[in-house]
Amino acid sequence: MNEWNPFRSLAAGTNPANDTPAYRSTAFRHPTAPLVKIPQTVTEISGPRFSPAHFPPMSDLSTVNGRAALGERIIVAGTVTDEDGRPVPNTMIEIWQANAAGRYDHERDQHDAPLDPNFHGEGRVFTDADGHYRFISVKPGSYPWRNHPNAWRPNHIHFSLFGPGFATRLITQMYFPGDPLLALDPIYLAVPAGARERLISRFDLALTAPEWALGYRFDFVLRGRSATPMEAG
Amino acid sequence: MAGVTPSQTIGPYWHLIGHDEWADLTRFGAGGERITLSGRIVDGEGLPVSDAAVEIWQADPPADDRFPGYGRAATDAEGRFRFTTIKPGPVPGRGNSLQAPHLALTLMARGLLVGLVTRVYFAGEALNDTDPVLAAIEPAPRRATLIAAPDGPGAWRLDIRLQGPDETVFLEV
Ligand SMILES: [Fe+2]
Repeated sequence: MNEWNPFRSLAAGTNPANDTPAYRSTAFRHPTAPLVKIPQTVTEISGPRFSPAHFPPMSDLSTVNGRAALGERIIVAGTVTDEDGRPVPNTMIEIWQANAAGRYDHERDQHDAPLDPNFHGEGRVFTDADGHYRFISVKPGSYPWRNHPNAWRPNHIHFSLFGPGFATRLITQMYFPGDPLLALDPIYLAVPAGARERLISRFDLALTAPEWALGYRFDFVLRGRSATPMEAG
Repeated sequence: MAGVTPSQTIGPYWHLIGHDEWADLTRFGAGGERITLSGRIVDGEGLPVSDAAVEIWQADPPADDRFPGYGRAATDAEGRFRFTTIKPGPVPGRGNSLQAPHLALTLMARGLLVGLVTRVYFAGEALNDTDPVLAAIEPAPRRATLIAAPDGPGAWRLDIRLQGPDETVFLEV
């Protein structure tokens, strides 16, 4: 098992289908031809490396210029591992989210909810040598979208992960436990049952900082490597 | 064995993590043959995909402190993207094969629950005729959807169609 072993195929039932009619924006954006499966080569097995020198960490989304954003302060922490439980060290995680009122600091977000001058909504952290990450934020509000009448997104945080290779790239969203909007959300429900539950963080009293912030734990799992090196494939 | 975290759409607001300079892979001072890659992304109705994140990754030249090998660009209102990078050379394939010069390209957008992966090859490269990935694409005319055309000195262009006639070939890696 080394860095030239290809990544295993995803287990069936892991990812949503791009052809998901309940999520209307998919209608004219999903390819109709089947994907062409290719053997992984150096292009897919290797991947970008990000150094904190060129890509400075931003691990506190809850303040701007030292002033606190409105909303419920939260600590989000967990691990990045592969399917075999091996930590993915020193990997970059990008984070973005709406403010506590459910508004993105983005010119195309026209939701009639207030912007917060003390909240921007971009974060970036790196896992440590054991695959652990942690950041501070405020709990994002839910917001309406025009997918169907009276459609509201459940509270969520967006994440971008790279992992060890091009083939481990992951864009996902983290949700909060007990959110009644989950059962109504076509984006969450597009993930097959049995896998979608992995997108819900856990409230964690041990991670909660007394008198300061609620703690939520969220662990990422990226594709593991196959036992057979590329050359033998 | 733990289950892999499922994919979700990047949505319309990913520009919060967007940085225009990431589209220039030469910004840290990389040497080599500088090229641009531009293109336009359209959907199944022929409308521009104006909120996509386009990423490229290349195994050659090898990434180092002056060359990240990776870039990201946002599409504009017309669905256009543009990268500046160093032209890749051939890289090894499986066994003793050699792959034609190429970039890996990932496309993420609102309405895509899983990012789409394809490759960008360069018209006129002799190795295109024997490249194992291009050869795996049937029917053969669809291979052209992965081959960028010259668009002036040092400039290459590849348009991407998400759906419909002339749909770009997307890959499972
Ligand atoms: Fe969102």
